Amino acid sequence: MALRERLQELHDRGLADIKKGDSLDRINEIRVQLLGKKGPITQALRGLRDVSAEERPKIGSFANQIRDELTAAIEERNQELKKAAINAKLASETLDVTLPGTPVAQGQPHVIQRIIDQLEDMFLGMGYQVVDGPEVEDDHHNFEMMNLPKDHPARDMQDTFYITPEILMRTHTSPNQARAMEAHDFSKGSLKMISPGRVYRRDTDDATHSHQFHQVEGLVIDKHVTMADLKGTLEMVAANLFGDEFDVRLRPSYFPFTEPSVEADITCFNCMGKGCAVCKNTGWIEVLGAGMVHPNVLKMAGVDSSVYGGFAFGLGPDRFAMLKYGVDDIRNFYLNDTRFLTQFYKRG
Amino acid sequence: MKVSMDWLNEYLTLDVDPQTLGEKIERTAVEVDQVYKMSDGMSKLVVGETLSVEPHPDSDHLHICQVDVGEDEPLQIVCGAPNVATGQKVIVALPGAWIAGHHKIKKSKMRGVASNGMLCALQEIGFDEKIAPKAYDEGIYILPADSENGSSVFPILGMDDDIVETDLTPNRGDMNSMNGTAWEVGAIYGKTPKMPTFSLNEDGSRKVSDLLQFSVDETLAPTYKMRIVSGVTIQDSPLWLQKRLWEAGMRPINNIVDVTNYIMLTYGQPLHAFDYDKLSSHHIHVRLADEGEHLTTLDGEDRKLRDSDMVIADDKHAIALAGTMGGLDTEIDDNTTTIAIESAIFDPIKIRKTARFFNLHSEASMRFERGVNKDDNQKALDHAATLMAELGQGQTEQGTGVGSDTPVEPAKVSVTLTRINHVLGTQLTADQVQTIFDHLNFPTDNDGETFNVTVPARRWDIHIEADLFEEVARLYGYDNIPSTLPYGTMTPGALTFKQRIIRDSRRLLEGAGLNQAISYALTTTAKAEQFMMRDSEPTELAFPMSTDHTTARMNLISGLLDDIAYNVARKQKNVALYEQGRVFYREGDAIRPLEVEHIAGAVTGTLTTKTWHAEADTIDFYGIKGIVDLFLHDMGLSEPVHYEATQAHAQMHPGRTADIYVGDQVVGFVGQVHPEVASDYKIPDTYVFELNLQALIDAPHDQQQYEPISKFPDVTRDIAILVDQSVTNADVVALINKRGGAHLADVQLFDVYEGVHLPAGKKSLAYTLTYRDRQSTLVEADVTKAFDKVTAALEKEFDAEIR
Repeated sequence: MALRERLQELHDRGLADIKKGDSLDRINEIRVQLLGKKGPITQALRGLRDVSAEERPKIGSFANQIRDELTAAIEERNQELKKAAINAKLASETLDVTLPGTPVAQGQPHVIQRIIDQLEDMFLGMGYQVVDGPEVEDDHHNFEMMNLPKDHPARDMQDTFYITPEILMRTHTSPNQARAMEAHDFSKGSLKMISPGRVYRRDTDDATHSHQFHQVEGLVIDKHVTMADLKGTLEMVAANLFGDEFDVRLRPSYFPFTEPSVEADITCFNCMGKGCAVCKNTGWIEVLGAGMVHPNVLKMAGVDSSVYGGFAFGLGPDRFAMLKYGVDDIRNFYLNDTRFLTQFYKRG
Repeated sequence: MKVSMDWLNEYLTLDVDPQTLGEKIERTAVEVDQVYKMSDGMSKLVVGETLSVEPHPDSDHLHICQVDVGEDEPLQIVCGAPNVATGQKVIVALPGAWIAGHHKIKKSKMRGVASNGMLCALQEIGFDEKIAPKAYDEGIYILPADSENGSSVFPILGMDDDIVETDLTPNRGDMNSMNGTAWEVGAIYGKTPKMPTFSLNEDGSRKVSDLLQFSVDETLAPTYKMRIVSGVTIQDSPLWLQKRLWEAGMRPINNIVDVTNYIMLTYGQPLHAFDYDKLSSHHIHVRLADEGEHLTTLDGEDRKLRDSDMVIADDKHAIALAGTMGGLDTEIDDNTTTIAIESAIFDPIKIRKTARFFNLHSEASMRFERGVNKDDNQKALDHAATLMAELGQGQTEQGTGVGSDTPVEPAKVSVTLTRINHVLGTQLTADQVQTIFDHLNFPTDNDGETFNVTVPARRWDIHIEADLFEEVARLYGYDNIPSTLPYGTMTPGALTFKQRIIRDSRRLLEGAGLNQAISYALTTTAKAEQFMMRDSEPTELAFPMSTDHTTARMNLISGLLDDIAYNVARKQKNVALYEQGRVFYREGDAIRPLEVEHIAGAVTGTLTTKTWHAEADTIDFYGIKGIVDLFLHDMGLSEPVHYEATQAHAQMHPGRTADIYVGDQVVGFVGQVHPEVASDYKIPDTYVFELNLQALIDAPHDQQQYEPISKFPDVTRDIAILVDQSVTNADVVALINKRGGAHLADVQLFDVYEGVHLPAGKKSLAYTLTYRDRQSTLVEADVTKAFDKVTAALEKEFDAEIR
């Protein structure tokens, strides 16, 4: 048989064998057998010397072509088989991806903390400081400096846990206004602060009363702080905590430490202002008290009320949380049922 | 105050629906609790006339009544009221009527007799027990004889009148009267109210100055006046007056008492009527009570007075608790003929204290506390005398007896337009501001900049500039004030180092699986004193509200254990909590406690739940310690942390508790709650820690510095040793570190074994030692040399057997 025909046959048979080869080992065997030093192609090429000088380059080129084709086929078959092997392995590894993942322990911040943090972040962004003060206060800071002298009728509004006649559990965070003003150097610019914290009232605990709750006090004192600034600031609070779709309205009210005093209402969550049982058909819910700092409060803190003035507000994170999340019993905040605590993780 | 629209319309022509008015008052003046009619929720209540009343054959108290309700046929109604009689005009609830309490009246049979409706008592149509006239307490109400059969009872009883119920802030005592409310509503709508008028006729023959003498302490009663009306007949008030009272939530009593209340509602001036003939002397004193002096008040209570209580007295004894409640001895009764009417202004603070002490908060005391309009004091007295004389067919004696009459100067307050706009952030004009003061009826002049405002006595709450800002702001309307933000020098808004650490602390512990708890800071003294980290006296409330909350906590753990108990009682077995808050330490003689920031954790059960392929992470000593380790590591403290076994905490397991040290300072403890304490709290095994967070904040903190990562590989050597049980891990690690050589970088315990395969009293510990050289590759021989030194030291120091 002529060399060319032999090579052609080796090629055809080799391709057929490669195609039939069903394992990497078998393909390797074929490769060694066909293309190895002792393989038939090498053998066949040895016969080149018998070929005429004219034919030799043609046959040589043909032989190289055949070898390349077989090498490529082997490589291709190898890839196919590897792929199949991987696919088979992957198929055998298939999981039920709907089985639950391994739990990772993760705790949640308290819902009231979330509200306080959110308020802190907003006010920090507006250049306010966060200040704190004692929970066991003296009557002087808690009442006297807040323009609530001993016999002031508004003291009836705040039933107080006294420890001694002069020492008490603070009934509001307002004494931190006085403390902040006493400490502030007004030559260095305005005083802007908020003060979150626990407060205490002599109340019997029920669904809407708690002897312990929280307040966030706010205070801005400078030479040109206006009621309009207060209104704008409270609108920011409402938008930040509840969303842009809520309106704020101010109503006259009375606090001894502010004049004028206002109560701020926001659009009722439940009915979005249409009127329902929650808002007693007004479409509004009272959320905080505020006002322009009373000149007596400024004076007592050593601030010249003819030069400086400003606004103050006090809001209740407990009440905010109740309104925002529909919590119907304030005691939930302090009993720490894990089924309650772990609910509050959503963004909105 | 419950404001009747019908009554208000006598002052002002408003032409506004009550809801709108309520809204307007709320936005401009004071809160409005509700706007309602007494008839709300009720229907089909008509006038009936009892044509016949026959006893029920099968009952000893029921009657069968034939009632004319203005229809062709009378209605047969069975009635159980004892006062039902023929020829009465009665309130009939027709079949299908709604009465109070959402009750619907249906045709029925009572002991076999058809009853087609119901004859009603006032209480059954929504009258509070406290306001329905006493005469009808036990039965149905009898309407005026001229009531038309079949017509609605609502207009007759004033139940169709709209009531706007205001909730007054303490500064707006002026609105505790119809006059004051009318002034306010007039200001809101820019209208001038028409004040009540009357014509006093002093037709008595005697002079009051001959009938009464006074000794009044003017500090107690700056104003004290009396008039006398004689020859009166005590009887029921006319229905128009009764309606005014019950619409305002007050009970009609008789013509004299009703007039005092009516005048109080009109002018805000509380009055008191004494039976002149029951006075033991005609010398009236206003004085402080003698300590222990007795007075029986109108409610029949014998009161033991204090020397701070103000009384009205005759020569012999107290006859009234001034401004709070009258005395029984001088009460108006059916035989009274001569009335001494008191119109006074008392010290509000004394009134408040007395009312509070005796729990006698009355309509009168509340008004005295919040202020009375001096300008109307005499008018109220004159008006009352006029009405009593008219309704009691008596005579007003001549003149007024004056015990004291301290004049009150109206406040004059100046304010500038610039200041108003400066404080409110508005751009009001002088005309706008003037109009507001005009509407308030505050006599005011202005030169375009400065306003000189004279504030009438009825608005005693106004005396400084800021008070006028409020008047302008609220009447201009808060909605009209612009919204801006404060401007000025920029100020940095940043948390302090302490605040950042506190925030980070919370995040760290939440990352470790603990939920933030906020427990009560007030607890029992016993719990406050548990788990304490230092000596302290308890800080106790003088007048606690409940026995559970009497004392400021001196630890956080006890609160967390209460929380766990609450959860466990509700079948929540796995609870992981932490709390950040203050404890209150008090030195023996100090009054105020020191407030120290702490942080504590408590875990029972598992941190994670068991699943189909992961075991639950059950808490144990090392689990809670791991949380503390993580926490303290992330605090980045300069000084090393170590733990020492302790038995010093009475509420902790003596074998499973460690004090936590930073350097040589104890900053807290960690361990298992003593099983007996756990049992007291009714909780299962619980592991806790408490740290003095303030101490951690104050402790030196490392500055963050980059440490280059070694280019040369680490070399590790493992070692297992057999040592006595008494040798601690800390001892071993300390020795390894001490003798480990320059290149020892880390020591990790990877196995602890105690058990049957080891000799008694021995345990096996296994460690991985990591060697590192940042300058060059470690030579095997050098590592071996260093490692051999460690083994030798362990053998020598702890008699360790290398395994």
